[in-house]
Amino acid sequence: MRKIIVVGNGMVGYKFCEKFINQDESKKFEITVFGEEPRPAYDRVHLSEFFENQDAKALEMAPAEWYKDNGINLIVDERVSEIDRNNKTITTAKDRGFSYDYLVLATGSSAFVPPIKGVEKEGVFVYRTIEDLEGMLAYASKIKTINPNAKAAVLGGGLLGLEAGKAVMDMGLEPHIIEFASKLMPRQLDSRSSQVLQLKLESIGLNIHLSKATNQILGNGVITGMEFGEDDILDVDMLVISAGIRPRDELGKTSGLEMGVRGGIVVDNKMKTSDDSIFAIGEVALYNQMIYGLVAPGYDMAGIAVDQILGEENLMADQIDMSTKLKLIGVDVASFGEPFMPASKGHSVIFENKTQHLYKRINVSLDGKKLLGGILIGDASDYNMLHQVFLNEMAIPEDAAQLILPASDGGSSFGSVLDLPDTAQVCSCESLTKGTICGSITEEGCNNLSEVIAQTKATTGCGGCKPMVVDLVNETLKSLGKEVKETVCEHFNYNRQELYDLVKINKVPNYNEALNLFGNGQGCEICKPVFASIFATITMETANRQPGIQDTNDRFLANIQRNGTYSVVPRVPGGEITPQQLIVLGEVAKKYDLYTKITGGQRIDLFGAQVHELPLIWKDLIDAGFESGHAYGKSLRTVKSCVGSTWCRYGMHESVTFAIEIEKRYRGLRSPHKFKGGVSGCIRECAEARGKDFGLIAVEGGWNLYVCGNGGATPKHAVLFAEQLDDKTVVKYLDRFLMYYIRTAGPLIRTAPWLDKLEGGIDYLRQVIIEDSIGIAEDLENEMKGLINKYECEWKQAIESPEIMKRFKHFVNSDDTDDTIEFVPMRDQKMPKAW
Amino acid sequence: MENILSQYQSVPDTKVAIWFKVGQIADFPENSGACIKYKTKQIAVFNFTRTGKWYASQNLCPHKMEMVLSLGMIGDKEGVPKVACPLHKKNFSLENGSNLSGDDLKIAVYPVKIENENVYIGFED
Repeated sequence: MRKIIVVGNGMVGYKFCEKFINQDESKKFEITVFGEEPRPAYDRVHLSEFFENQDAKALEMAPAEWYKDNGINLIVDERVSEIDRNNKTITTAKDRGFSYDYLVLATGSSAFVPPIKGVEKEGVFVYRTIEDLEGMLAYASKIKTINPNAKAAVLGGGLLGLEAGKAVMDMGLEPHIIEFASKLMPRQLDSRSSQVLQLKLESIGLNIHLSKATNQILGNGVITGMEFGEDDILDVDMLVISAGIRPRDELGKTSGLEMGVRGGIVVDNKMKTSDDSIFAIGEVALYNQMIYGLVAPGYDMAGIAVDQILGEENLMADQIDMSTKLKLIGVDVASFGEPFMPASKGHSVIFENKTQHLYKRINVSLDGKKLLGGILIGDASDYNMLHQVFLNEMAIPEDAAQLILPASDGGSSFGSVLDLPDTAQVCSCESLTKGTICGSITEEGCNNLSEVIAQTKATTGCGGCKPMVVDLVNETLKSLGKEVKETVCEHFNYNRQELYDLVKINKVPNYNEALNLFGNGQGCEICKPVFASIFATITMETANRQPGIQDTNDRFLANIQRNGTYSVVPRVPGGEITPQQLIVLGEVAKKYDLYTKITGGQRIDLFGAQVHELPLIWKDLIDAGFESGHAYGKSLRTVKSCVGSTWCRYGMHESVTFAIEIEKRYRGLRSPHKFKGGVSGCIRECAEARGKDFGLIAVEGGWNLYVCGNGGATPKHAVLFAEQLDDKTVVKYLDRFLMYYIRTAGPLIRTAPWLDKLEGGIDYLRQVIIEDSIGIAEDLENEMKGLINKYECEWKQAIESPEIMKRFKHFVNSDDTDDTIEFVPMRDQKMPKAW
Repeated sequence: MENILSQYQSVPDTKVAIWFKVGQIADFPENSGACIKYKTKQIAVFNFTRTGKWYASQNLCPHKMEMVLSLGMIGDKEGVPKVACPLHKKNFSLENGSNLSGDDLKIAVYPVKIENENVYIGFED
């Protein structure tokens, strides 16, 4: 049996193994893989996700058993230290020897640490491996206990540097990005797009310092600051160096392989080094005088090396596509083809909107017929299509601006995804064409997205192609006449809207009966809350009637927090509160020793209540005239208001009065997801009404109504729905709009994505709600009125019922409370003790 | 922290030395979980009324070390009875404690016995 040794178990080294064992011929070889890190290959592209879940396993490309099951001998935590090319053997750092017929070098790269005085100081890190991150995390929590306002700098404003900036921000440190060049991401972005990105990043709290050359790192053994010029000093408590990569090419050097002038092991288009038995792939390989620091070319190289070893002819392409799209700290950034282009080669069409942090540039050939490249900042939703148009040299509209300007009808300026040629490469990580993906349905019999993914591995690399793969799968299934079905979960073969209708028409009394009639199995945490929401929006039943199907928050009518305690939010309609009510809240918080904070929705949140305290707290609150704020429910949260014409010298109408009226109207109303409102007294928009599911802004002659906005992870401005409405019409439209949303939206879909998916978009919504085009307006209004009339405070209901009260107890068999809950002091209040 | 977690080890039926009475059937909510105390242990007891089956597990979520599993929603995944942790919705099998969401975390499970409307949990000591 011939022997292959793979040196390096990173993403590309792993991909080599995966591609190799998929070939029949591979049975004739014995593969041994060496990894220097203590764990099997993981997804470095998504390293910053490690901060969110600290789950190293979740990043794994494949578990250790995978290697075993496929006959691959994986040796981790052991570095290969020497190659003897004459005898075709390698030696490891543990002084063990192994022989090979083929050697594949996939050693990748390491972080480049510039020779700055003081880089050895404690508190200076590089950003490359899970161990680096663990070190950073431990150090960050240490310095935060000494100084809660600790600062961290990231040296390098490139792709990885900005990712590292997000990481330190997530650790609760004040982030500073230090870049040598005069712009961020100098390799990928032109100056204008770089400025737009900078504005956006600054708006979310990153401090950016450009054109800074670091002289030295200050501090006595431990970093305390960075010095740029003579008097130019930045105090920092931690530094993360992300100033580029250097190929890990030591083995190439010591064994005498041909090397690039500035490092990297030279390979040809067969991925062969100057030694016929040795291949180099990924970031250690110098191909066309370039090191390619993206995962897709690395995967391609892995595939070529596999083919070459198995005697096939495939060669690496001459031109390597360096297009890339990513979400940087929640900001879309994409560049494709030629992002910068000299005027001699073509024309650029540029769209820039700094107020919304948007920038789009496309470069078009001089004859205006072909797309050569471009840059997208802020909104890269068109990236996949633009990239395809570029790759396949597809024809573009006579007015190229249509490709990036928002289409006036709200639709897309592109045709169907099925118009792409079969050869169009859709998933570049896995080198999958449109033909392969669609073929998995038409030829191989896949029936849905997950089967297509299992069959082809599409979307499993960087995930950037996911939207396009989803569209391709759906469109292909449709073209075959197969129904594209989004079902709630494995227990019900229906979507939410169908279940809503089934419950309503059949007058289903409860979840158990619904499961008997239309479902199977015992249900789960997905379908149960869907039904809880459906029952609530048909009969206005509170969360107390069927506690077993409520999400934990709804079951205990409070928000479960980090240490298993709960927070309590009474309703404060419109954010208006009397001094006496404030005193009551303060007294209750003091009595039960609760941490208090003002919420974003103009209310007061009381944290740290144990389950048995909830009814006691609510008894006090209800006695003082408060009612549930439903902060725990998928329901109306708040209607935020500005002070309006009652006090404000600019106010046009009484925004507070109207906000209170509306909040009281829809209080307790359950819906597919939470929803929020806002009412502003003038166009200065202090209530941020356009960041809400519905928003009202006072104008001359009435209210402008906006719908389907939200803040959060994917912020979206609400769209202008109707203008200059009087109070009565606003309420009429809102009743219809909310009821229509409640009836038709999928589970946990907020109004903005619901509108995105609504065929016909905002125009269709206007027809249904304003013009009553499908004749349901009266139904919607009546249904809403029925629900509003049946409102009751579920906390009042709870404390008046001894049966419901039994729920608020930690142990069934003891009156003891949970003794594992511990608090520590923080800024004159308390917080959960960290484990 | 480790010792809080390490006191929870699955108890196979054959190793039960003590059947501890934790209450009557009516004390436990239908198709839900509830928590009981045994010595220093917190145990989540799940009443699958629809199938008439009972399960018990540690109350401690092994992911974030919070005493919350009894508050989670119950149901099944492809026929395997499970609880979803209320904090991050990790799913655990109530038959063997394995993590149905696919990672390493496991929970300890305990046998439950019903006699004369009384609910008993089996412990080794």
